[in-house]
Amino acid sequence: MSKKDIFVTAAFTENSVWRQILGICSTLAVTNLMKNSLVMGLGVTFVLAFSNFTISMIRQYTPKNVRMMAQTLIIASFVIIVDIFLKAFMPDMSKALGPYVGLIITNCIIMGRAEAFAAKNTPVDSFVDGIGAGVGYTFVLLLISFVRELTGFGTIFGGQVMGDWWTNWSIMVMAPSAFFMLAILIWIINGSKAKAGGK
Amino acid sequence: MELSPFIIFVAAIFTSNILLTNFLGMCSYLSVSKEIESSFGLGMAVVFVTTITTVLNYFVYHYILIPLDIVYLQYIIYIIVIAAFVQFTEMVIERVSPVLYYTLGIFLPLITVNCAIFGVTLFMVIRKYTFLQTVGYAAGSGIGWMLAILALAGIRAKLKDKYIPAGLQGAGITLIITGIMALAFIGFSGVVVIQ
Repeated sequence: MSKKDIFVTAAFTENSVWRQILGICSTLAVTNLMKNSLVMGLGVTFVLAFSNFTISMIRQYTPKNVRMMAQTLIIASFVIIVDIFLKAFMPDMSKALGPYVGLIITNCIIMGRAEAFAAKNTPVDSFVDGIGAGVGYTFVLLLISFVRELTGFGTIFGGQVMGDWWTNWSIMVMAPSAFFMLAILIWIINGSKAKAGGK
Repeated sequence: MELSPFIIFVAAIFTSNILLTNFLGMCSYLSVSKEIESSFGLGMAVVFVTTITTVLNYFVYHYILIPLDIVYLQYIIYIIVIAAFVQFTEMVIERVSPVLYYTLGIFLPLITVNCAIFGVTLFMVIRKYTFLQTVGYAAGSGIGWMLAILALAGIRAKLKDKYIPAGLQGAGITLIITGIMALAFIGFSGVVVIQ
């Protein structure tokens, strides 16, 4: 497979969120504002790419039975880098994301990609795969947060776009809407796929 | 931080349900909720592990990380504590009670990657809970999670032979049900508030 194929497969055709229903926790939690989603997406992409790269590099030397633990520790190290970076340069954002930065460690996407791809492929391919999966994840996050922020606050990236006539839908800021939005997204994608498949 | 541990306990179950308001532990929630029995098994395991590991991590944070000034390593340490405890429990249960191992054992490995447990620890640290508050919060969160997965499993059992549009089958409909459950839980939010 060429690098481009790996990227496209990881980002869209096998998108972790809507194809494999992985990494739902943070997808739901940070999508009330686009800014949070973007930062979260970038953080996850960074961790994915580098942890994939590292795990792939040491894949021949890790014994099978401690593999999971080794992967978790590698992932945790990169998450700590992201956490410290956010605390130093974007303290407000770090506060807003709260525990969800640390929770990148238990984000199933990262473990999933490490197991499914990095444990079997070369470091460079794994790196590309990580970036692809990260981009796909960020894409979903931005899509959901776009709708939620627009209808919930009347803003996009914090800038007012709706006029005075607009009444904010406060439900969109609260938890249930996150579930509904993701369900609708999955519905649209699976529905169109079923139709294209001639079912 | 004057909230009594009991209020935190109740609030963690209802108003700030770890799954329905903080979205933690979704992966196993979606995949295991097909049967009531296995949901109950996993729920029990989560209650048990969450309560103990959060209290353990409370001690680790206050008596190891802070005195040694290595708080920046907290994520790695917490994960190790959780993983080690799960492994340890698995071994003990296997020796002591094969019956319990049979019902609970298969769920234990799933728990290490359950973000609810890790999340409870992180919330405990961020909100600066005292020891008793930590116990109340951890137990309440575990029970709240179990409540949510049992409710969902019950609904899904009824839903088995109903017509569901092709695109919604599986994850889609589960998420919508969860959304409606979350809506219902918002009704509790006036009772007690913790943040």
